[in-house]
Amino acid sequence: MLQPVEHFPVIIVGLSMFLAYTMLLVGYFNRRIQFYMSLAMNSFFLILALFILNHVLTVGPIRYWLGGWRPPWGIEYVVDAMNAYLLVIVISMIILGLIYSRDNVRHEIEERKHPTFYTLVQLMAAGLYGITVTGDLFNMFIWLEIASLTAYALIAVAGGRALRPAYNYVIMGSIGAVLYIFGVCWLYSVTGTLNFGDMRLLLPLVYDNKAVEMGFAMIVVGIMIKAYIFPLHLWQPDVYTYAPSTISSMMASVHVKVMFYILLRMFYSVFTLDFIRLYIGLDLLICWVAAIAILSGSIWAIKQRNLKRMLAYSSVSQMGYILLGVGLSPLSPWGLVGAAAHILNHAIGKGCLFMCAGAISQQEGLKDIRDFEGLGKKMPHVCAAFTIAALSMIGVPFTAGFASKLFLIIASLDAAQYPFVAILLLSGLLNLVYFWRVIDQMYFVKRKSTENAAEVVEKGKSIPLSMVAPIMILAALCIIMGIIWLTDIPLPLINHILSNLRMEVTL
Amino acid sequence: MMDWIIIHVLEKYNFWIAMFIIIISLTATIVKENLLKKLIGLSIFQTAFFLWVISLGDVGRDILTTWGLKTATPPILWAEAAEKGYIYINPLPNVLMLTGIVVSAATTAVALAIVIRIHQEYGTIEESEIMQKEMEFEKRGVI
Repeated sequence: MLQPVEHFPVIIVGLSMFLAYTMLLVGYFNRRIQFYMSLAMNSFFLILALFILNHVLTVGPIRYWLGGWRPPWGIEYVVDAMNAYLLVIVISMIILGLIYSRDNVRHEIEERKHPTFYTLVQLMAAGLYGITVTGDLFNMFIWLEIASLTAYALIAVAGGRALRPAYNYVIMGSIGAVLYIFGVCWLYSVTGTLNFGDMRLLLPLVYDNKAVEMGFAMIVVGIMIKAYIFPLHLWQPDVYTYAPSTISSMMASVHVKVMFYILLRMFYSVFTLDFIRLYIGLDLLICWVAAIAILSGSIWAIKQRNLKRMLAYSSVSQMGYILLGVGLSPLSPWGLVGAAAHILNHAIGKGCLFMCAGAISQQEGLKDIRDFEGLGKKMPHVCAAFTIAALSMIGVPFTAGFASKLFLIIASLDAAQYPFVAILLLSGLLNLVYFWRVIDQMYFVKRKSTENAAEVVEKGKSIPLSMVAPIMILAALCIIMGIIWLTDIPLPLINHILSNLRMEVTL
Repeated sequence: MMDWIIIHVLEKYNFWIAMFIIIISLTATIVKENLLKKLIGLSIFQTAFFLWVISLGDVGRDILTTWGLKTATPPILWAEAAEKGYIYINPLPNVLMLTGIVVSAATTAVALAIVIRIHQEYGTIEESEIMQKEMEFEKRGVI
């Protein structure tokens, strides 16, 4: 007999798919009810996810067999510490994004598109939840496509200049998804299974088979396109610049994290670190790709003058940190700790920054960093939150970003890979350069022409609490998490993640 | 040499055909300027991939068997098949690709919808002309 909590993963996924289509019907009659319905349901999912996290930490991983079919034949949902942790992050960020979107969407998207907008957001959320809980390679492809197709539509909904980037993303994203399933079919052709756990048992027998290497390469490249790891990031900056702010925020904070989670699952649960290190010798190559991503993302960010585009390049660089953690993890468990911590820290930090960018462009109509003079006086709350989140991205002590950088530096020292310490420190400096440029404009540069100022002030209508609140919550989280990561509180979670990903070490 | 050709080319002719189509279609997706032609390339890429996966499931596909020695039957259970020891094709790749076709159709639909919106917005679907119009926006200071 299953305990109630073991049904929760499938309830979250199934109910959010059902909800998405119900919301479309409701939305055409009453938009207000539709909005509160999606907010209430996602809050309900958050409670379920917290129960799941508690169960996973106290009892052990949840395995749910859909339809009662045993794993190699049926689809299995597996939730261990890594999934449960990510599921809580994803649902919380979707809720905050929804609260933020309520007013922002009125400003950025035509009125008649609102019912479908919220439906698509809920479908994207369903796809992301599905990827997070599934334990089946093909099922993961389906959820991946649901999350991606809705993301294409949500980007294109902004119209105008968002259309060309959205089209690029359709092409690149579809190639990525097909490469992923291509790799899965290579693996299927040698093992005859699609279940993670089963494949993990069967693969070591055929590690020297060329089809396995081919499958690994295709899966990794396909997911790297989706998660914009450095050389494959070219579709991303335009998408993040022109998408609606809500969607930029949701994509930068959770969509890409979930895509990266697939890579993590492949590395740790389907293949093993032994395969990556001994059979194809890729671990240091991953680290160097990550190092180039970190530096080049930051350098490109310095050159930008559109705030959202700068944040987009910053995301490319920040994804490099997570990849560096994964690359270092065969040599030191701290690498995986850094990656797991940065998944949360980047989600709250970058989510907050994109929300601030949206708020600034909504109230003042400003997108260019050079026009930000004196903004600190006009939008004190938003600018303060922006500064805190930016400091977290830079990695100032006692902010969230500091903790993950500290873990990564410990990992590189532990693994005796000293060049990466230098790269992490240098990247902190580069982050300081491009974020300080914005903060300097906001607080310390005097406005040049006064007539222009009066005109701008009249244009702005101050943004409502429903937009300021999520921004302030995320900024507060940046500081709270910065302190929590340095204490013992997350230690059980980290140990569970390490043991569930079979790292065979504890901290 | 002949053995090598038989093992790697003739017996794996489905791999070669699928990879040939995939390379052509991916080239089209990357090189073509016209957004619709890119999309056609993408669709052919997906279809060639489905072809390859379905051919994987057909275990009676070896070059010797297609010459009439033995052929795999459809995956249907009937008494005679068990007696005579027929082999049947693996149905799972077919089922997976049925879902894959749905996904591919959805992708094409979304992409076509975006192409229509691009045509409304820019009046063209040639990538170079779109880029030129965007350069004009940038010159006017719209970022």
